[in-house]
Amino acid sequence: MRFFLQLVVTGIAVGSIYALIALGFVLIYKSTRIINFAQGELVLIGAFTAFAFLSQAGLPPALALPLTVVVAVVLGFTVERLLLRPMLGEPVIAVIMVTLGLAGILKGSARAIWGSVNRPFPDIFPALSLRLFDVAIPGPFLWGCLIAGACLVAFTLFFRFSTWGVTMRAAANHQAAALSIGIDVRRVFALSWAIAAAVAALGGVLLGAINVIDMNLGAIGLKVFPVVILGGLDSIPGAILGGLLIGILENLSGGFIEPWVGGGVKAVAPFVVLLLILLVRPYGLFGTREIERL
Amino acid sequence: MALTRPCGDFKRSWEADEAVFTTRFSRAALTAFLVVLAFVPLVAGDFWLYLLNLCGIALVGAQGLNILTGFTGQISLGHGAFIGVGAYTAGILATKLGAGPAVALPAAGVAAALVGLLFGLPSLRIKGFYLAMATLAAQFILEYLFMQAAPLTGGAQGLYVERPALFGLAIDSDAKFFYLIMAVAALATAGARNLLRTDVGRCFVAIRDRDIAADLIGVNLFAYKQLAFALSSFYAGIAGGLLAYYVQAINPQAFTVLLSVDYLAMIIIGGLGSVLGATFGAVFITLLPEVLKLTIDAAGSYLPIENIFPALREIIFGLLIVLFLLREPEGLAKLWWDIKAYWKLWPFAY
Repeated sequence: MRFFLQLVVTGIAVGSIYALIALGFVLIYKSTRIINFAQGELVLIGAFTAFAFLSQAGLPPALALPLTVVVAVVLGFTVERLLLRPMLGEPVIAVIMVTLGLAGILKGSARAIWGSVNRPFPDIFPALSLRLFDVAIPGPFLWGCLIAGACLVAFTLFFRFSTWGVTMRAAANHQAAALSIGIDVRRVFALSWAIAAAVAALGGVLLGAINVIDMNLGAIGLKVFPVVILGGLDSIPGAILGGLLIGILENLSGGFIEPWVGGGVKAVAPFVVLLLILLVRPYGLFGTREIERL
Repeated sequence: MALTRPCGDFKRSWEADEAVFTTRFSRAALTAFLVVLAFVPLVAGDFWLYLLNLCGIALVGAQGLNILTGFTGQISLGHGAFIGVGAYTAGILATKLGAGPAVALPAAGVAAALVGLLFGLPSLRIKGFYLAMATLAAQFILEYLFMQAAPLTGGAQGLYVERPALFGLAIDSDAKFFYLIMAVAALATAGARNLLRTDVGRCFVAIRDRDIAADLIGVNLFAYKQLAFALSSFYAGIAGGLLAYYVQAINPQAFTVLLSVDYLAMIIIGGLGSVLGATFGAVFITLLPEVLKLTIDAAGSYLPIENIFPALREIIFGLLIVLFLLREPEGLAKLWWDIKAYWKLWPFAY
């Protein structure tokens, strides 16, 4: 029982980071209908930018973290303006390929700048520990939960009360209608890419705080897909809940199935679930059910 | 794909419009190309033959993916794993049962087709991004099986396949492989080109252009989507089988999602839905890293860039995909057509 609880609690902790990264993905999809295969690479760039500011430039965290977010926002704006805006209205496959190409460019650039070696990430988060059901949660995971929770609240408030949030919802809901009432849809798109990149950078910093960072960090972008399919592609609460569930599932399958059938189950289990959800309920837990007309 | 035709290129009958060779010259040109190709092993060194062989194998796989994604409009991110299924089937048949390529190659195709059918099942209900996800899941599940079914697949070490013998003739050199691979590649290309002209091909294109409309005019969506998955995976299986015999060592690292992305890049850079495009794309993407390597080796004596080769490859690869999609969405095939149209009317182009 204690083993089970331990798996669940660490699952929630890892899941909260998945949720944070999935949040960026959902944000882009919700407002632009673009499937972003480069979310993991945005995480990678975010983590290494933070590393550059903290370790290579030796800045204090209070200065380095805002700078990282600024870099991410600029990157988000640039990518949207140069690559994604010309692709509006193009077929899904073309857009997917552009983001795959973007992933290559970002990853290659990171590799060219920082090399393929492991980099130890500095301890920037104040020590924090909590025992839940007699299970100790490590500090960085706890920070992950807190930041993911804070982002959830912030985004919910942002979408409900701020003008920009309402504008983004309108653009997501019906592009032509939003345009006709004078909403600058292009700016909405740019903004959602900027926010997604910033959130991804935060995720990267958290991942760095848990472990060393290397060029394989971008692989987390693939973990996002089971999360968003489970939660529903265009649902922010779905991304959060999906992230937590996938985190738990991954840990449980790693803890209970892996001893029986050998390694790798942990990585493949979310994708088995993904396939099942697609067969039964493609729009996920909270996603909008699409109705197609001729 | 709807390629715009040059001025003066008009047809009087459906037969003429549907013909593979629109002019006697194009037929002669292809024949000449094949004849020249047949003499290549006499002059080319082993390195160039090796590259050409890899191009031929990629061509078979790319034509397969083009049937699924280019003709039928179903995105697959699992093509690399389907190729892996073919490679492992051929490898297992060759190492455990001592089967020759005459048996193992078709068996590889059939095995991959069956796996493709299985993972094509979700296409009944989903499409677009969701289907891409289902095939991505297929990719990871198959990768897991390659790794874990160690008694059959050899796990992380993989399999070692001996040089085969076809009808008593040992295929033990790059030149001999060249003829085998090119024969299969030519068959595959001819098959794909002609498929487009049959009723099956028409149904595929109808599904790609508008699936609901196709459904309404009586195309059995599920049957044809499944058929597209089966055919595409059959091609992938054959490509995998050839790869297993040719490179001899197969292991799970060779069939990752990166391979699937490479194949998607081939058919997109070549020109989606065009048989000629898939050919161009397969050659282009296969040769790209080699050409890059040669360039970097040459430049390496002047600049300190040797150790960033993997990074540079990723950046250039990504940039090419992005630039093609932004600047020339119909790919190399469209470029080829434009050049042809220009010279056809030269010097009176308008």
